[in-house]
This record gives sequence, structure tokens and C-alpha cells, in this order.
Amino acid sequence: MTEVRTLDRVVIRFAGDSGDGMQLTGDRFTADSAVFGNDISTLPNFPAEIRAPAGTLPGVSSFQLHFANYDIMTPGDRPDVLVAMNPAALKANIADVPRGGLIIADTADFTTRNLAKVGYAANPLEDGSLDDYQLHALDLTGMTVAAVKEFGLSRKDASRAKNMFSLGLLSWLYHRPTEGTLAFLTTKFANKPAIRDANVTAFKTGFAFGETTEVFAVSYEVAPAPMPSGRYRQVSGNLAMSLGLVAAARKADLPMFLGSYPITPASDILQELSKHKRFGITTFQAEDEIAGVGAALGASFAGHIGVTTTSGPGMALKAETIGLGVMTELPLVIIDVQRAGPSTGMPTKTEQADLLQVMFGRNGESPVPVIAASTPADCFDTAIEAVRIAVKYRTPVIVLSDGYIANGAEPWQVPDVSAIPPIDPGFATEANATDAAGKPLFLPYLRDEETLARPWAIPGTAGLQHRIGGIEKARDTGAVSYDPANHEEMVRTRQAKVDGIVRDIPDVVVDDPTAPDGTRARTLVLGWGSTYGPIAAAVRRVRNTGRQVAQAHLRHLNPFPANLGEVLRAYDRVIVPEMNLGQLALLLRGKYLVDVHSYSRVRGLPISLSELARDLELEIDALPEPAPFEGAFA
Amino acid sequence: MTTIDRPSIGSGVRGGGLAGVPLSLEPLTRKDFTSDQEVRWCPGCGDYAVLAAFQGFMPELGIKKENTVIVSGIGCSSRFPYYVDSFGMHSIHGRATAIATGVATARPDAAVFVITGDGDALSIGGNHLIHILRRNVNVTILLFNNRIYGLTKGQYSPTSELGKVTKTTPLGSLDNPFNPVSLAIGAEATFVARTIDSDRKHLTSVLRAAAAHRGTSLVEIYQNCPIFNDDAFAAVKDRETSADAIIPLTHGEPIRFGEGLRLGVVRDSRTGEFSVVEVDAVGVDALVVHDAHIQDPSYAFGLSRLTDAGVLHRAPIGVFRDVEAPAYDDLARDQVALATSGRSHDEAALQDLVNGGDTWLVDDTED
Repeated sequence: MTEVRTLDRVVIRFAGDSGDGMQLTGDRFTADSAVFGNDISTLPNFPAEIRAPAGTLPGVSSFQLHFANYDIMTPGDRPDVLVAMNPAALKANIADVPRGGLIIADTADFTTRNLAKVGYAANPLEDGSLDDYQLHALDLTGMTVAAVKEFGLSRKDASRAKNMFSLGLLSWLYHRPTEGTLAFLTTKFANKPAIRDANVTAFKTGFAFGETTEVFAVSYEVAPAPMPSGRYRQVSGNLAMSLGLVAAARKADLPMFLGSYPITPASDILQELSKHKRFGITTFQAEDEIAGVGAALGASFAGHIGVTTTSGPGMALKAETIGLGVMTELPLVIIDVQRAGPSTGMPTKTEQADLLQVMFGRNGESPVPVIAASTPADCFDTAIEAVRIAVKYRTPVIVLSDGYIANGAEPWQVPDVSAIPPIDPGFATEANATDAAGKPLFLPYLRDEETLARPWAIPGTAGLQHRIGGIEKARDTGAVSYDPANHEEMVRTRQAKVDGIVRDIPDVVVDDPTAPDGTRARTLVLGWGSTYGPIAAAVRRVRNTGRQVAQAHLRHLNPFPANLGEVLRAYDRVIVPEMNLGQLALLLRGKYLVDVHSYSRVRGLPISLSELARDLELEIDALPEPAPFEGAFA
Repeated sequence: MTTIDRPSIGSGVRGGGLAGVPLSLEPLTRKDFTSDQEVRWCPGCGDYAVLAAFQGFMPELGIKKENTVIVSGIGCSSRFPYYVDSFGMHSIHGRATAIATGVATARPDAAVFVITGDGDALSIGGNHLIHILRRNVNVTILLFNNRIYGLTKGQYSPTSELGKVTKTTPLGSLDNPFNPVSLAIGAEATFVARTIDSDRKHLTSVLRAAAAHRGTSLVEIYQNCPIFNDDAFAAVKDRETSADAIIPLTHGEPIRFGEGLRLGVVRDSRTGEFSVVEVDAVGVDALVVHDAHIQDPSYAFGLSRLTDAGVLHRAPIGVFRDVEAPAYDDLARDQVALATSGRSHDEAALQDLVNGGDTWLVDDTED
């Protein structure tokens, strides 16, 4: 009889060859866990090559999933369980598995040739090198092929169902519900009955194998996590971003035009939005990054909400057109799903190193509002906020996401869309001035006194014909102007318009629970974007040691929230973890003259929470005692 | 909330190039298409003639000027939109065609023109040009070809003849020039024509045909730059030489020209190659009767090869190709219209979308 043990949390990593279906396996385990009610966080990790040579280290694709009975912040640093479909998957991932961890390996692929391919002199499943782990070496492929024999598939096709066999086995091991995956397979392979039946059978056989053999002495339960009442779904960052854009377009009651060029890891958004034409979304797959943003800007001029999506290399190419958007003061949303750079870098790996590029990577004084999403679900709200600012202030707005949250998934309490405030396009409909003779006149650069936004007058509006462009504009009239005083005024006005958005965004909120004895934290951890999860988890861990630490996270990066300077100065030490070499830290030092400490990691992976927690503890412990207060008369 | 009337999503218009563009109730004049901006090209620049012809021709279309959108890139000719009282954008170098694609796709009720030059369209913007042509977006492109960089003061351009001595090629340029008409036909453009800045009547007739065409119309305009490349097109412009230099293309007419119409164009039935011959030597019946509607682009391409690549002595002028094909923007709007029709996109539909297929309910009051 198998013992059932209860756990709070588990991290599983599925690893195999690029063609082994590890991403799908992880996705399904995630969906079943989410529906079961666990909190989840995922980290897909795959090579840029679609099919790297089989069985090699560069070809290893993995999917890590963290599920728990409480609210978790990250996909976990180290897997408790590694499922390795071949020697390469074992070799590439074993270093991350803590001693005592569970390893399930498919023996079928541990052939002499495959072992040699990755430099194993002896079979690690047999030579005792894994004695410190709970190793289960099983012929997953063989058992799968035997189980699906009746469907008459070739051995190659039959063995492809091995990922479903292992998913079934893991589903048994962790008491996962199976209905979701069975329904999924039935729908996905509806047109290929033999493949469908083979996958369903492999999944069920894997489950039954766990149940009936005595290979596993223990199975595990992870109870649902307490969550606020409501309707939930699982969502990745790219999906949430897409849904947010659709919602924003409907809230503005405007058609949306997405001009984009496929690029990892942003392509999902173009693909997703192309499915939602019924909401008035036009998607245009352009010939290049420049045409994508160009067409989007043209559509904005014509009265649509122009959007473009890309990653770092594409941002570099779009820079000139974004500058044109700054000069013409048209609404435009640019979404940069960051990846590791420079140049092509590591397309499928994450990084936050485009911050300075989006802040400053254009010629001239070219201010653009910048906002960042902190979690997969947060991409939804961030997209809406970007459209709101772009439309209200007639400006390009840059949204920063990154590969980690774009591909990662979490449960999301589905928002009530009726509660999302409308966005008023406020198109100009008539003249806004009179000429010397008293005749009505349209001044395309006459600004709203509060927002400094100019009118958005679209083609087809009688009497509002006007010309805009990249050449400096005369104030009010928008005519070409080379006047020195006018240029200075316009440069400062464009800056003031973006700076003025500070009045329209919330203060940064600091999470700083005062200790029971009244002492307050002296250290603040400040982050932005996708480091939210690791930082929040690390801060929780540090607090559990009895140390005090405050946490704040920025959504708005340009302009910064109004209270940010005050917040920074309220702490003896400010630590800024980033997946770059200190880009936010540089901005904070420059703007606020505060000696923030940069904590940077650029491995193409999310910051490790345990490493960050340990380093925070060291920083906190090393913080010198404050100088004793010396009274005014000392 | 301020809203203004605009066509519903995806009206799927078809027909002529201007179908879907609202007509002006009042007849308009040249003055209506003239802005308050002072025109600032060099004295004698060919751009003046094109602007005047354009402003004179626009009222003939009968469309509302507020539904006219002119997008340009960078270069001397790209100042054009400032001088026309319509909606206009003087954009950035090479990208006008990309921006115009967005405007045209967004607005079936807009007549969209692109103003560009040989450097703008064929060098920095070459990629966008071939793609707007292959997509067949409903936009009329006026390509001002002066075979030189004027705004940057006299460097060779992608249409300058081989060996051209300029500020950046003191020993002569080394790169083969593009023939814009050949390039456009190679991209299977559905309307391709060539005209001359100083021949207002011909220029206007070509603009008329271009505007009537649904899809992308590319009009190459031989345009003289009196400062940096004067007389580049002297052969086709001077009364003394033009008769022998211009190969006139008129749909349905034999291609025949020269003093006393002594020259004509024949096509080798084996190679498909076109050549200029003495009519007396072959007989009138052997001449090619021009057909701009031939679907196979190799016919128009072959004709375009009669253009001198070096110093210009002879070139075909007129409409090379005018064929019907679906316009990208019409099809794109159709897809949206089809997806929208009969299906709600109200708040309930939005809520369904955000919910997705797989949701679960949490009720924490049970604990």
C-alpha cells in the first residue's frame, strides 16, 4: 500500500529533447494543478533552435512548474523532481536537483551512443553516481510502445506518446485530476483518432503504472491554496497582454491596429490578437520591424489605436519611428517583451536590459512614458494602462515585459470587465481657434492646458485638415519651424507633457510591516518588472528569519511615481535587484542622488530567490548601526 | 465621450480606386487643395510642376479634401504634403509606404497618396516599396525620380547611371542603377506608369488612371533637379529630341514613335525580347499593340527594359501595366467584417473572451 504524504509545495522539472513534447507536458500538468486549486508558477526553458540535433545538450527543452497550497511568487529555484527523457536532459539539469531529490529517467534513450553524445563515459543510471538521489530508472518509451500497440502506429509515432505516459505517472504521484488532460487530448487530436487514442492510452497507462506497481512507496498530496473567492483561469503574460489590448480597445470603443513582425518571445501576442478580429482588431504581419511600427503609427493617425509588439532587437529598429510618434504626438503602444541581449543574444532566455534603450534609445530629446508588467497576469492591467496613457496624452507609450513572465503562467482571478473605466478618445471635431479675421481655425498643436496633449484630428473630419511630420513644429500651428526659441519651447513642452503624467499615476506603495516592538525596516528592496516574484518571495523568506525589510515595486518607470524620492530617502539602504547591470539603479541615482545598491544577475534566468534572500540577509546584517542620536545641545 | 462619424469596421468596398471615399457636395478648385504654406523648392525645380498638376487635378476627382491623406518620406519632394490642404504626414526616410499601409488599411474612406523620391523609395525604403506593391494596398505612389540626392546636396542615387561623378563618387559610381518601373513590375505591381514633370497633360492623364486603379499604383515621374542633376532627362523633354526619345505607351495602340512615326517596337516571338526598329523595315502590322491589361508581368517588364540604364536617351512613357487584383486593405477589412458580423463585441462578449475556456471557481467562504 502506497503511503500518502502531504506537502506544502513541489517543484517539478520536465526535461527532454526539443521534440519530446516537454512544453506540452508541463502545460498540461500546470492546467490540471491550477484547476485543482493550487497556486502555480511556471518557467518554460527551451532552445532557440526548433529542432537542435537530437540527444545533444543544446537540444534540451525543459518546463519547470511550482505548485503549492499557499501563494507562491516564483517557479522555484531547484526542482524537487526531475523527469529526464534522455542523457542530455539529465546532464543539463542534474546540478539543479538537490541531493535526495526524485529523478525519473527514461532508460530507453540511455544508449551507449546517446551517453557518448553528451560525454558520459558510463551510464549514470547504473554506475552509482546518482546514489544520493531517489532514482527511478524506468523504460517509459518501452512501456508506452507496448501500451499503444493496438493502434497500429509506427514505433516512432507510438514512442512519441511517452510524454503522456510520464504525465500520467506524475499525475498519479501527485494526485492530480485527469479530466482536463483527457478532454484536451480528445479535442486536440479529434481529427487523428489513432494518435488521440494512443495519447489517451499512454496517459492512462502511466497513471495506472504508478497505481499498480510498487515502484513508488510514497505518493503526495498538495492541498489547494487559499485564494479570494472568484472565477479563476490560468494565464501566461503574452496571453494576458493580448487580452488587455482587446479590453482597452473596447473600452475606448476604437478599432485597434497591430503592426508587428514575428520575434521571440513576443510573437504569441501577434498570433493571439489575429484570432480576435471580431473585436475590431486588425493584425498586420509586416515585412520588418520598422514597417510594423510604421503601419501602426499610420493607423493611429487615421484614428485607430496603433500597437506594435517586439523584443529588444526590434526595439532598436523601431526607434526612429517611435521618435516620429513623439514629434507627431500620436497615440501608439509599443510592447517590448525583453530577452537576453545584446544583438541576437539568447532569444528564448529572459533579461531586463532594455530599460535604458527604451528610455533613451532615440535621437534628440525624445521622452516616452514607460511602464512595466510585474507578473503574467499583471500584463493585462499594464496593457490597459498603456492604452489609457497613449490616448489621453497623445504619445507613444512603451510597455516592458520579458520572456520570463511572457511564457510563464499563473492563476488569475478573472477581472470584471465592466469595472474597467472607459478610455475617451476625445477626437477633435471642430476648429479650436479663430484667425485675425475671426474665421474658425484649427490649430493642431494647441494643447490641453492640463495634460498638454494636442488634439487628435483624424482624416475625414471637415475643416481639420492639417500636416504633421518629423520636422520641428511651431507651437500651436504645427507649421515647420526652425526658430531657436520655438525649438527650446517645444523640447521642454514635450518633456513637460510626459513628466506631467506623474499627476495621473498612483504613488509607489511600500510594503513595510512594522515589527511588534515598533522597529521599522532600514533596508528597502525596490524592483521593477518581472523580478516582482523572486523579490517578494525572498523578502518573505528574510522576514521569516526575524529580519526586517521593506519592499516596493515600480510599474511606472517614466515618469516615476511622485513619492519615489521620498520613499528612497526614508531608508538607510536601498537595494535594487535587476536582470541587467544596474539600469534602474543608474536612473535612480541620477534623478534622486540616492546611493542605491545594485543587485544584478544576467544569466538569462529569473533571479534566484534563495540566492537573493541570502544576499539580502548579508546586506541587512552588514548595515552599520545608525549613529546614536545626539541632541541639539550635545 | 467625443465621437465622430466614421465607417463601421470593415465596409469591404470594391470598385475603382476611390470607391468608398465620400464625394464633396461643393465642386472644389485648385485653391481648395492649396495650403497656406509657402512653397520652398529651388527655382526651376520639377517638383513645382508636379505640385501644380496635382492640385489642378485633385478637384476633378470630386472627393472631399478632408478624406485625402498624403504621406511622404524624406527628400526634396517629400515636402509636398505641406503644400496641399489635406491630411498629411511628412514622415521619416523610406517609411512612407509602410505608414500609408496603416492609413489605407484603417480607412476605406480615405484616398491615400504617397510622395517619395528615388533615394527614399528605392534605397532606404526599397524593402517597404516591394512589399506594398506585392500586397497591392490601395495607395497611389508618386515616385519623383531625379536620379540624384538633392536634399543632401548631390550624392548619387540608386537610379544614377553607372559611372556618375558626384561628391561621393569622384571617380564615378560603381553600382548598377535600378529601373523603378522594372523593379515595380518585378514585384508584380498591379499598376505601373511613367510620366514627365514638364508634360502636364500626360502627367495628369497618368494620375487620373492611377487614382482610378484599385490597389497600389506606382507612378514614376521623371523630375529634373536643376541644381545637382540638370538636364538628366533632356532627351525626353527637349522638343528637338523628344520625338525620338519617348516611346509612347497607349493602351490599344501600336507602339510607334519618332519623327514621322518612323520607329516602332516589335517583340521577338521566341525570346519575348522587345526592340526598337524602323517601321519601314518590318511593316506596321509587325508592331506591338500595347495591352496594359496583360496579366503576365513579363510583358510589361519586357517593355520597361527599353529604358536606357545609362545616360537617358530613350524611354517608354505611359501606363505599362494596369491589371485587376484584390487589394490587401479590402481583404483585411473583409476579414474583420466577417469576424464581426452577426457576432457581438459588447461587454458580455469581452467578458467571455477574458474568461477563456478553462476557468474554476473559488469560494473561500466554505472554509
